[in-house]
Amino acid sequence: MEYKTHIRVRNLSVSYGKEQALKNVTVDLPEKKITAIIGPSGCGKTTLLKSFNRLIDSIDGIKVQGEVYLNGDNIYGPGIDVTHLRKKMGLLSQRPHPLPMSIYDNVAYGPRIHGIRKKRRLNEIVEHYLRESSLWDEVKDRLHTPASRLSVGQQQKLCLARGLAVEPQIILGDEPTSALDPNASQRIEKKFLQLKEKYTIIIVTHILRQAMRLADYVVFMYLGELIEHGPAQRVFKEPQEELTRGYIKGVII
Amino acid sequence: MKLRFVEEKFFNLLMVVSTVLIVASLVAILVTVFIKGLPALRLSMITQVPKGGFYLGKEGGILNAILGSLYLAGGATVLAIFISLPIVIYFNVYAPERSVFVNLCRFSLDVLWGVPSIVFGAFGFTIMLFFGLRASLLGGIIAVALLILPVMSRAMDEVVKMVPRGLLEASYSLGATKLETSVKVVVRQALPGILTAVLVAFGRGIGDAASVIFTAGFTDSIPISLMRPAATLPLAIFFQLGTPFPEVQERAYASALVLTFMILVISIAARLLTKSFTKHVIK
Ligand SMILES: Nc1ncnc2c1ncn2[C@@H]1O[C@H](COP(=O)(O)OP(=O)(O)OP(=O)(O)O)[C@@H](O)[C@H]1O
Ligand SMILES: [Mg+2]
Repeated sequence: MEYKTHIRVRNLSVSYGKEQALKNVTVDLPEKKITAIIGPSGCGKTTLLKSFNRLIDSIDGIKVQGEVYLNGDNIYGPGIDVTHLRKKMGLLSQRPHPLPMSIYDNVAYGPRIHGIRKKRRLNEIVEHYLRESSLWDEVKDRLHTPASRLSVGQQQKLCLARGLAVEPQIILGDEPTSALDPNASQRIEKKFLQLKEKYTIIIVTHILRQAMRLADYVVFMYLGELIEHGPAQRVFKEPQEELTRGYIKGVII
Repeated sequence: MKLRFVEEKFFNLLMVVSTVLIVASLVAILVTVFIKGLPALRLSMITQVPKGGFYLGKEGGILNAILGSLYLAGGATVLAIFISLPIVIYFNVYAPERSVFVNLCRFSLDVLWGVPSIVFGAFGFTIMLFFGLRASLLGGIIAVALLILPVMSRAMDEVVKMVPRGLLEASYSLGATKLETSVKVVVRQALPGILTAVLVAFGRGIGDAASVIFTAGFTDSIPISLMRPAATLPLAIFFQLGTPFPEVQERAYASALVLTFMILVISIAARLLTKSFTKHVIK
């Protein structure tokens, strides 16, 4: 099966001060597929994910070498508008972080920042993306109540809607279901499977079964190095590397 | 086992005793002000300025000082907010984490916090002399703003520090700039704490006599210009208490009652006014 590449990572190395978190990572991530980044704790999964939307920029002492190409442009190259880049990717974090405002304003936050002012247009956007993340029916009667009153699962869906509302091409998820109960996790997973029709999805996960359920493509990391990557079927059935085999069998955790 | 039990009891007792001590002294102050002040409190006190011989026990009121204090503390608070917010946003959003410069600034503010207010008064006065200004409302506002700046900015700093990193990242990842994130997310999230900081600073400003004695001066008329001297309640209380006449001294307590009441009303009003803005805070 042929993949169309969306994110092309070339010799990416990231270090926090003296500690090197990513070592010379090179990989192509496919478009409109779900890619799962797996690996033991502290191996650099979050760092890799956050290097895609340059959220790691603001950490002190960070040093980034190498290139990440998005639609052919190196996002670490000169003349890149970081806010514009970030708009192309929605981020779901480990714990949902609704903004301190109403449900409506949470979804409208991104569009407003990017210049949409018309009330009618905003209403449409809010409804559309709340439907897209299957939250609309639960919240349509209380759009103007604080987002903090939603359950954690609902908050994560709200964060998804908020991220989608800036019309990204890519959804990044850093263990997006780890704070949710099994039911809510399942709903988010189902959502991802629908969303990959339109978006490139990259998730970090600790849960191997989740990666098996969702992923089309798998990236296995170990101690900052990319050990193995490939179509999910192949990596899970016939891992080429000893380390991958160990991790999948549960020997390495 | 036994020792742990005794320890627990002892510290429990200690806590109760200190709580009672604090609350009791607060109540004692309020009761004293109330008992001594209430009989002397007349409507004319808050509607009139001092007439001739007011400090000898004749007719008049302290409207000059009430308005003077409100303008002065209000102006100083507003000025201090406009300086504190950018400082705090810089510390917590713009500056690199663990910045030596920021920690040095924090330390300096902490030291300034402890500096007696008379020093701010004297400092303000020197500056005013340098610019050829006389004691005036403006001078007082600047001196008090300097006085309350450390309290306000450090109190705000402590709450803004608590805003979770993930919240900032959520905003950044939607394409927001640091400024947009600061104004729309950080300030909103920290608003209850910021308000507390403002009120604490306002309270310190309106209650302080030493910083305004040279800088704002005193006058019996209502302040009408930034360049003219202005009366303040703490000084009015001080002058009245300093007279040998019991009826004037009683009025000092009445004035103190007015001051206390003003702070109370303003605090409650500010809380109510900002209630609708703080309900969205993420717990
Ligand atoms: N802000 C930071 N400052 C210094 N070191 C960091 C920072 N963030 C991460 N690291 C280090 O970089 C390495 C990779 O961290 P990263 O968060 O990317 O791992 P991870 O694979 O996401 O782990 P987990 O599965 O536990 O989330 C770790 O050794 C970590 O200690
Ligand atoms: Mg992580």
